[in-house]
Amino acid sequence: MPEQQAVIDNTHQRLQSAEDLNELRQHLCDRVDPNRPEIVVCHGTGCMANGSTQVTEALAAALKKAGSEAKLMPGIKTTGCQGFCSRGPLIIIRPQGLFYQQVKPKDAEEIVQQTIMQGKPVERLLYQDPKTGETIHTEDEIPFYKMQQRVVLHNIGRIDPSDIADYIAAGGYQALAKALTTMTPEDVVAQVEASGLRGRGGAGFPTGRKWRSALQAIERKGRPVYVVVNGDEGDPGAFMDRTIMEGDPHAVLEGLILGAYALGAQMGYLYVRAEYPLAIKHLEIAMMQARAYGLLGDNILGSGFTFDARINRGAGAFVCGESTALFTSIEGKPGNPRPKYVRSVEEGLWGRPTVLNNVETWANIPLIVNKGGDWYADLGVPHSTGTKVFSLVGKVNNVGLVEVPMGIKLSEIVETIGGGVPDGRPFKAVQTGGPSGGCIPYSLKDTPVDFDSLTKAGSMMGSGAMIVMDDSDCVVDVGRYFLRFLEEESCGKCLPCRLGLTRLRELLDNFAKGKGSEADIDDLISLSEAIQDGALCALGSSAPNPVLTTLQYFREEYIAHVKDKKCPAGVCKDLITYTIDADACTGCTACARRCPQNCIRGKKKEAHIIEVGDCIRCGICLETCKFKAVQVD
Amino acid sequence: MEQLNEEIEQIMQTYPGKPEYLIFLLQDIQDKAGYISPESMQLVSEHTGVPLTQAYSVATFYQSFRLEPRGDHDIRVCLGTACHLKGGQRITEELERRLNVQAGETTEDQRFTLSTVNCVGACALAPVVVVDDEYEPHVTAKKLDRKLKILEHEFDENKEGGPDA
Repeated sequence: MPEQQAVIDNTHQRLQSAEDLNELRQHLCDRVDPNRPEIVVCHGTGCMANGSTQVTEALAAALKKAGSEAKLMPGIKTTGCQGFCSRGPLIIIRPQGLFYQQVKPKDAEEIVQQTIMQGKPVERLLYQDPKTGETIHTEDEIPFYKMQQRVVLHNIGRIDPSDIADYIAAGGYQALAKALTTMTPEDVVAQVEASGLRGRGGAGFPTGRKWRSALQAIERKGRPVYVVVNGDEGDPGAFMDRTIMEGDPHAVLEGLILGAYALGAQMGYLYVRAEYPLAIKHLEIAMMQARAYGLLGDNILGSGFTFDARINRGAGAFVCGESTALFTSIEGKPGNPRPKYVRSVEEGLWGRPTVLNNVETWANIPLIVNKGGDWYADLGVPHSTGTKVFSLVGKVNNVGLVEVPMGIKLSEIVETIGGGVPDGRPFKAVQTGGPSGGCIPYSLKDTPVDFDSLTKAGSMMGSGAMIVMDDSDCVVDVGRYFLRFLEEESCGKCLPCRLGLTRLRELLDNFAKGKGSEADIDDLISLSEAIQDGALCALGSSAPNPVLTTLQYFREEYIAHVKDKKCPAGVCKDLITYTIDADACTGCTACARRCPQNCIRGKKKEAHIIEVGDCIRCGICLETCKFKAVQVD
Repeated sequence: MEQLNEEIEQIMQTYPGKPEYLIFLLQDIQDKAGYISPESMQLVSEHTGVPLTQAYSVATFYQSFRLEPRGDHDIRVCLGTACHLKGGQRITEELERRLNVQAGETTEDQRFTLSTVNCVGACALAPVVVVDDEYEPHVTAKKLDRKLKILEHEFDENKEGGPDA
């Protein structure tokens, strides 16, 4: 990102006032030639892993080669995750808005020659709707994007996250300037209250109410007060916060500064998962630039308001996503939660009043301040206002990141935006809310996606992971998976969580082995209830949810494991056998060569057989066979 | 070794001697040295004023800290939900067989450290394995085999005298 250096060198350009910011924005906007083509390459984690860095290099080389032949030399911009991860690497050519997918470095020359020089699209790189076969030219016509409402994500895929100038040109820090010049701290809190925004981290506590309680605590206890970003996105399958931190770090920072202004905080902390190095890097760059521009630090925009923040890297503990555990971790200790008889708005970090919000919550704040709480409250549905970002993953055709208004039907997300389940398999369930959530079955696919409806269905919103399951996914196995996860992540402080989860997992292990009886289901339920009542923090008390919801909706599948000794989905190893369909087998020997047990026999070009006695059911033959001859019963 | 000690000494000077910097120090040392040796732990404890037992408690509470040296190549299998559904566990078992270690261990020849990670947030690429900070998308037994052969080859070449040998 070549601009990055230039931006950081501009340290003399400290903005002294809101007018300075407006002037800079005007200057930045005037500088842009609207006719100059721009090649926007997605540098989200998914696209980078698929080679988008090499695509960018190849495009730069191709442009250089084309040289002066181009009337207007296009710029290349790299952005955060554009969301449609399963189609990466993605590029968008502006101003036409042409959307190219699965671009390879070898396509670069053709893109430059054909699209940039002659203005014609490269047909084979365009998206083809798998349902209609229709070729689609631009991003906003693609069903995956069409149904979305990108509010929090509006900048992502448009701006270079490492360039503050890009953020400012797109209207960034306008909310801060507005608050500092025309609003009192009380006005900011009132707007957040009016917006109806609820915390995006999982529990859905109203953000305005949290801020109000903190103000009351400050009245009693005085300052200092701290503001904290919870970027410890630990739910497996969730990558919304990562995308926001990587793709629009200034939005998180601006939200935090606004919160600090509203509450009178002078110091803030961004607690970010260590597994997200790019997010940490982009936030560090953003903070450095904001300080240089006078948007963070002493006397922000000449208003007399002073606030600074620092990043704490997480060290790999899921429980640190819990507020009190996160505070002890910032203090440099093991992340043990404490009972919340006294709420963290009163006694949080260093025992002081503290407001902790999730990344997505903070990123919503500048929008609310800019456009007003009422504008935000009109989005979504009453009681669950605004939009929510989900990571749509698992057995779904369009894997990626989606932002939708609250209240949209679950089926619209999975079937219309997500394009349904691959290979024509049935859509069995959607797991929402991560290890604290539950499985919503196909029969409830029209459940509105908002905080209260999901809770009513036995699951929860959680941070926004949506994992689609098909008929080859076993609910007992998924329950065991989450329990094993939480058992490992339990901090061990309270007994219901430490021992209860282990016992719960052992009971499920028995189901997976076909041992035990239907009566064990009662034990599962009563133990689950004891853990819900007795655990110290939300990690433990919500841990039985995946088990309870799957029992509620898929009880017969549990019973099949112990009664018929069968795993209907073909997952639980002790209850399945691998065989080879002699008619489908071509005798290519690929499976026999890869089998770690050497238990597949057969001559070349003749049907093979698996010697069941030696088979460890590792599944490699199934993965290797190109002729679908390996079967699981 | 001497250079490393000097670098660790430099890291110490970056942070004030307060308990809240304990995790920062351990992280920076691990980034530099690959793991936290008993000597480094002692230094951090003295610098921050956190008793050694408590520093040890922190280092063992958080999963990312290593108290033993790592292999030359770091292989992390993602076991997030999406990767689990798409065979992450199977991939782990295959690697355990192939490298003859359990997840969390380092091979005897110090070539590879195999571990699992809860979710790297690259679910569109499931199942994912992260090899030396590079994401390997949609891994299969075959792809892994190829990757390991390349790494083993590099290792042997390095042993014989540099990557260009």
